[in-house]
Amino acid sequence: MIAIIDYKAGNLSSVERALKKLGYGCMITQRREEILSCERIIFPGVGAAGKAMYDLKRLGLDEVLRYEFNVGKPILGICLGAQIIMERSRENEAECLGLIKGNVELFPQPLFSEEKDRLKIPHMGWNSVNLRKKHPVLEGIAPEDEFYFVHAYYTLPASDKYVFGTTCYGIEFASVIGHKNLIAMQFHPEKSGKAGLRLLENFCTWDGRHAE
Amino acid sequence: MLSKRIIPCLDVRDGKTTKGVKFQGNIDIGDPVEMARFYYKEGADEIVFYDITASSDRRDIMIDVVRRVAEEIFIPFSVGGGIRNIEDMRNVLLAGAEKVSVNSAAVRNPEIIADGARAFGSQCIVLGMDVKKVETSRKIPSGYEIVINGGRTYMGIDALEWAKQAENMGAGEICLNSIDADGTLQGYEMALTQLISDNVNIPVIASGGAGNIDHIYDVLTKGKADAALVASIVHNGTHTIKEIKEALHVQGVKVRMRW
Repeated sequence: MIAIIDYKAGNLSSVERALKKLGYGCMITQRREEILSCERIIFPGVGAAGKAMYDLKRLGLDEVLRYEFNVGKPILGICLGAQIIMERSRENEAECLGLIKGNVELFPQPLFSEEKDRLKIPHMGWNSVNLRKKHPVLEGIAPEDEFYFVHAYYTLPASDKYVFGTTCYGIEFASVIGHKNLIAMQFHPEKSGKAGLRLLENFCTWDGRHAE
Repeated sequence: MLSKRIIPCLDVRDGKTTKGVKFQGNIDIGDPVEMARFYYKEGADEIVFYDITASSDRRDIMIDVVRRVAEEIFIPFSVGGGIRNIEDMRNVLLAGAEKVSVNSAAVRNPEIIADGARAFGSQCIVLGMDVKKVETSRKIPSGYEIVINGGRTYMGIDALEWAKQAENMGAGEICLNSIDADGTLQGYEMALTQLISDNVNIPVIASGGAGNIDHIYDVLTKGKADAALVASIVHNGTHTIKEIKEALHVQGVKVRMRW
């Protein structure tokens, strides 16, 4: 069973539907005992970092996530969930969970493409991921695969060792980051067609270990 | 680099797609869920549904369609038509749509954009704009005016001003439909698309007029659109989404080629 953490940060049903399609049982929950009883955790979210951290703390879920990270349970962060695992976010200057060293930054403006076209913020739409390192969750993903992004902030890990994939949008930013039993992606795998479903399926069978 | 999106548009009335469709194979051409699945498998980057059901007491039918679509396709899709308030938005989003689009309701009450963005985030809120070319005037300096009721009612609002206002109020994207070009198969309204795209910092989906692949190429390059809405050209079997994307790819437009 997979726990999809519910902390009032957006619509979680699309993650749930994707897991159902893949044939994995899951529950959308904010209850500590239920989360502890699950084999793995998906930590999604859309919205602002400040409010998300406020709600996580209010529900006591910041502690649950830290605990689960420390005991080695596989955790997948998606979108905002990939940002608030960092130490700090520029968005609302929010203190975040600090599971990965580094911060969350706002895309610089104005932002230009290689062809000198002005790029719009948020970064919204399909973009590719340059795979930097092997990871069991990234198994079977090709360089031509694209994923659906919607975000104005991006993660800037303190060390390259946390970076598994990068994406170019005016700048090159870390779009897949990980540490120990935690893997996180800035894009939405549940909205990224077959390639996204593959990532979710990989996560659902991952034991939480990889060569770091 | 971000890919340009190709977005088929399905009009739905009383739970059935309405445009004439010549599909090969055993697809129920009237079923929006089947059609959504077909386009998903063909490489559509997103799907737009317009509910053109006349009576509001039959809106539950559309919600059921949205729910079934969400179980089948794993790309973003938006739902518009008849969205009048936050409650309508919530119902559509909870049923599984990624985005909701507002058009005439926002013209009548622009606050719905801000309310929607506050409640669900800007990324969910698409402003649909129906636009007609008019004489340039003090009231309509851009020469493009907002219309509603399928183009029958002129609203005295300048399209460029409206686009900027909607962006400021929190719209996350604009779906720009030229009533003049719509259904002509003669190409998108290029000047309008470029004008709006140059002057807002949110993505613009060009809509209305696609008759061949060159039209789509033009609007995504010279027209500076971030995405192209396609209807008749794919529904009537002139081209498949795959053909469109392959042709664009060959011409150097970045599109998603693996699905």
